[in-house]
Amino acid sequence: MLDRTADNVARATPEPLARKIRGISDKGLAWLFISPTILLLLAVNIFPLFWAIYLSFTNYRANRPNEVVKNLGLANYQRILGDQDIWIAMQTTAHFVFWTILLQTVIGFTLAWLIDRKFRGHAFWTTIILVPMMLSPAVVGNFWRFLYEPQIGLFSYVVSFVTGIPPTNVQMLSNVELAPWAIIIVDTWMWTPYVMLICLAGLRSIPEYIYEAAEVDRASNWRQFWSITLPMALPFIMLAVLFRGIENFKMFDMVNLLTGGGPGSTTEVASITLKRQAFESWRTGYSSAFAIILFVAVFGLANIYVKALNKVKQR
Amino acid sequence: MKSILKLALGLASAIFASTAVSNVAHAEDLTLCWAAWDPANALVELSKDFTKQTGIGMKFEFVPWTNYADRFLNELNSHGKLCDLIIGDSQWIGGAAENGHYVKLNDFFDKEKISMDDFVPATVVGYSEWPKNTPNYWALPAMGDVVGWTYRKDWFSRPELQKEFKEKYGWDLAPPKTYDQLMQIAEFFQKRQIDGKTVYGASIYTERGSEGITMGVTNVVYDYGFDYQNPKKAYEMQGFVNSADAAKGLEFYKKLYDCCTPPGSSNVYMGESADAFKSGQVALHMNFAFTWPGLYKDEKVGGDKIGFFANPAGPKGHFAQLGGQGISVVSYSDKQESALKYIKWFANKDVQAKWWALGGYSCLNAVVNDPKFPASQPYASTFLESMAIVKDFWAEPSYATLLQAMQKRVHDYVVADKGTAQEALDSLVKDWTQTFQDDGKM
Repeated sequence: MLDRTADNVARATPEPLARKIRGISDKGLAWLFISPTILLLLAVNIFPLFWAIYLSFTNYRANRPNEVVKNLGLANYQRILGDQDIWIAMQTTAHFVFWTILLQTVIGFTLAWLIDRKFRGHAFWTTIILVPMMLSPAVVGNFWRFLYEPQIGLFSYVVSFVTGIPPTNVQMLSNVELAPWAIIIVDTWMWTPYVMLICLAGLRSIPEYIYEAAEVDRASNWRQFWSITLPMALPFIMLAVLFRGIENFKMFDMVNLLTGGGPGSTTEVASITLKRQAFESWRTGYSSAFAIILFVAVFGLANIYVKALNKVKQR
Repeated sequence: MKSILKLALGLASAIFASTAVSNVAHAEDLTLCWAAWDPANALVELSKDFTKQTGIGMKFEFVPWTNYADRFLNELNSHGKLCDLIIGDSQWIGGAAENGHYVKLNDFFDKEKISMDDFVPATVVGYSEWPKNTPNYWALPAMGDVVGWTYRKDWFSRPELQKEFKEKYGWDLAPPKTYDQLMQIAEFFQKRQIDGKTVYGASIYTERGSEGITMGVTNVVYDYGFDYQNPKKAYEMQGFVNSADAAKGLEFYKKLYDCCTPPGSSNVYMGESADAFKSGQVALHMNFAFTWPGLYKDEKVGGDKIGFFANPAGPKGHFAQLGGQGISVVSYSDKQESALKYIKWFANKDVQAKWWALGGYSCLNAVVNDPKFPASQPYASTFLESMAIVKDFWAEPSYATLLQAMQKRVHDYVVADKGTAQEALDSLVKDWTQTFQDDGKM
């Protein structure tokens, strides 16, 4: 069927064009097929990156197109690296990334391990657990904002029921101490299923015969977990950590929806600072420099991590 | 056969003619860009008269306040042709004039005999002029607005509450004239049980993302002596922005936030503040005057239950934060002639009178100085009183950077308990100095 279609297409191709195509080598044909993708990639990824690098050395402001663009050399980079507020935003980001990854990995792996037991109804529970991940972050952000509402929010009433603290005193989004945790809770709720899925794939990839051999050797469950399950699932766990780490380093939507970076600047992660500088203060050159610094940081850390991941895989 | 042919030709001609006419009409359609809020609906209603008179259709592009500045400043910066007319925020005027986004209206005003003397002076300075206090006009004052207060008149008039209040504070429970009185009222109502429901003292602006907390804080600190710069030396801010008096004003705002706002009020702006009042949560409510017609009509808290009062006087003055906007012709529009026709029509006295009647706030002297005006709406006199004491934020081309700096500094202090009021204002002076240095103005 497919051959017949190909024959028909070949027959329908005008002779001059057919002659040209016949002259193309396999390599040429391969380039012909991938060139649209490469062009698209160049236009939407590579060109903006180089353009941003250029802008980062200037005083360009997108809201002042008539102004002369001056070359500032490394001044934007110097100012960013010496700006205390930027370092606070980076610390906030690090705090957020650390805790979300820790919680999501621990809970995600535990859930995967439990689901892997294949108890009755495990498929149903897997689907239920995956639901938060399928929701739009905009929806999640908005409904958690209502859940956290001190006067009408379910979360406040649950905390009040458990602790005895009046619900109006449970101000998750207004309290400086609680606001970062409010975001960590929502991100963990939403993305733990993702980590669970990857870990589950890792657990299911461990051949059954290894456990059978361990049973023959009378290894305890605990011993099997530490000597077989965890080491063999580790590359998958590390992969999940890498994906979540990169995602959470550039986290924007949830923070913006829940706290907008507040109270004060308590939850102002780097991406919020970047957005404010770029699209509210219109410091395009400055924000480009900040974006490049963030890019280099994420790229560098991810590379180191990937090398570590490869080492673990080779073991 | 001939008759069928004639009929077919006739039909074809009719279809062609109607399409052509409709295309002509569409070519003349003007697009007006503004925020999505109650006055915008009034403007849609009002503009039907313009279409009737001129045959020019009107289309509207309304964007919620939270995205209003982002959306339309992007449109202007990219030289977009979406908006023929724009009702831009008062602080945009400097940037829009210097970057050539708006058409300068001086020649048009002269030709059409539209005099800026016919408009409330504060609105001309606030919405139309750049540089400020010079006769260079980039907009026609369109929607007067100012921060003021509403209160629960029904609660204030309850004899038992009046008695208790008088015993506690020694004066009659009534709209406050000073900030001390405002604080006492807010404290009095905070967490009070009224009709079996816990109510709170006041709802004030605390929003972090756009301009909320700045509008609320400036509304108070002006009265304590805060000034943007030395009146005798432009851009000299040391001792004006961060004077000890200004710091006291900021401390007052924080005290009011800590003591007397409903739980979870850390990110409140116009919508949230109005909601707090509408849901019967608060006794006092800070908001722009544009919310008043809607609140007055509200079945639950409007009518006899609501009262209005202007910003109280402070120890160093009596001011209120200006809101509102002027209407401008976008310089990238292909329909500037029709857009100018709209401005001419909008400046007409009868149109302005109808604008006020529909819920818009006219800035025309002939409307607001009409002897019947104060009695025309329950909030009209408060609006007039407030408009007489307005002061506005920077309208410099760098206003957005200046605004973001203030949002950060005051939110950090008021909501996040970071540092002292003096430190917040000192940091603000540093931020603003850096911005003006970057602009080459210092």
